[in-house]
Amino acid sequence: MEKIISIMGWETAKMIAGLVGVLVFVVLNALILTWAERKVAGHMQRRIGPKEVGPYGLIQPIADAIKLLGKEILTPGEVDKPLYWLAPILIFVPVLVSFIVIPFDASLQVKDINVGILVILAFSSLTVLSILMAGWGSNNKYALIGAIRSVAQNIAYEIPLLLALLPVIMMTHSFSLKAIVEAQRGLWFVFVQPLAFCIYFITSVAETNRTPFDLPEAESELVAGYHTEYSGMRFALFFLAEYTNIFIVSAIAVTFFLGGYQGPFLPGIVWFLLKSYFLVFVIMWLRWTYPRVRFDQLLNLSWKALIPLAFLNLLVTGGLLKI
Amino acid sequence: MTLSPSAFIRGAGSLLAGLGVTLKAFFQPVVTSQYPRQLLKISPRFRGHTKLLADAEDPGKNGCIACGICVRNCPSGSIVRVEGEKREGEKRKTATTYILDFTTCSQCGICVETCPSDALGFSADFNLAGYKREDFVFDLVREFEKRKEAS
Repeated sequence: MEKIISIMGWETAKMIAGLVGVLVFVVLNALILTWAERKVAGHMQRRIGPKEVGPYGLIQPIADAIKLLGKEILTPGEVDKPLYWLAPILIFVPVLVSFIVIPFDASLQVKDINVGILVILAFSSLTVLSILMAGWGSNNKYALIGAIRSVAQNIAYEIPLLLALLPVIMMTHSFSLKAIVEAQRGLWFVFVQPLAFCIYFITSVAETNRTPFDLPEAESELVAGYHTEYSGMRFALFFLAEYTNIFIVSAIAVTFFLGGYQGPFLPGIVWFLLKSYFLVFVIMWLRWTYPRVRFDQLLNLSWKALIPLAFLNLLVTGGLLKI
Repeated sequence: MTLSPSAFIRGAGSLLAGLGVTLKAFFQPVVTSQYPRQLLKISPRFRGHTKLLADAEDPGKNGCIACGICVRNCPSGSIVRVEGEKREGEKRKTATTYILDFTTCSQCGICVETCPSDALGFSADFNLAGYKREDFVFDLVREFEKRKEAS
């Protein structure tokens, strides 16, 4: 072990260990969340949900994963092959990069970059590119409509998302996620910036294409939206990315507004995961409560309500900080 | 999208109320029954296929006297054949075969109503599935004997 570290240098070894840890965490997270989503859906409809495979159906996602792995990798005849192949791989890049800067605990962070949040936001914009690639490359009208919707939706919601995070950055004078968490030692920012938190949470649900903003996949109108033509492991990659994105937006919300890894008695990582998974539960809870919004409602909400409110919030915060 | 403050507050309230409904359901007990593990109680008037009932005086014997009234009354012609024999020392005939073609039976109950010896009833057997039509041509006498052995 020491020999490896001496050859590669401490930083490289840490990065590699971090990447392996991130990969393991991504897969574990997706397995747990697929199970949890079905369980939450079940109980909210007063059913049980998965229960046959393993105790409480806990092994169900592993059985599903084996099924998906065992499927033939099918490429429809008329697709734009390079785009079609690349899309499920590309959707995974932002997911992996985002985890590098998220502080799970005071010392549990792959790398504390001083523009951490910019890295996450810049790379998460790649998600919409891969969705567009999947939709265009599939050569399928449902997939294309889904992809176009996704682009319009993501453009509309990325702005309030950034504007909701900016006041916190102004207050802490830092883009580093760790510095932001440390700045919340006394008071969580959700109590200082409740409006920003609400705006961020609504937009993050829209950014991850979850109900009530799931127009890009809208199974009742568009079959499965942009991943209509994907099956087997490629479909699984889209699914994995979706569940990881849910965790990432929750983790950012926790880092920015809910004090990150800080909390009494328990170790930091436990607090961080508890808060994050609570927000994930809220997102699932929203999904099983609200119907899908109409497209004009979706865009009106962003352009006419969230963006002006976010700007107002930003102005007021800036003004108060100057005094 | 013009929204008055009061409409906004009402809307936000209704959204929260919706969340309350699902959260309440989340913690309430489940209402589905876990079918193969757990069966619901079947109503006594449930109409499955017809079955032969036991004779009122001699419960070891089926009550059918093989008169053939049900065969003549069946609107779908589902009761294919009823045969019986008169046994030594008995006043009446006893059915030895009662072939019901369940594929055409509509469970109307006319056979049950017209039976002069009240020897027919409805079974509660709903677990019926088969790979060919012949699986649903039942000999009710044999079914009666099987039930008798099981009890």
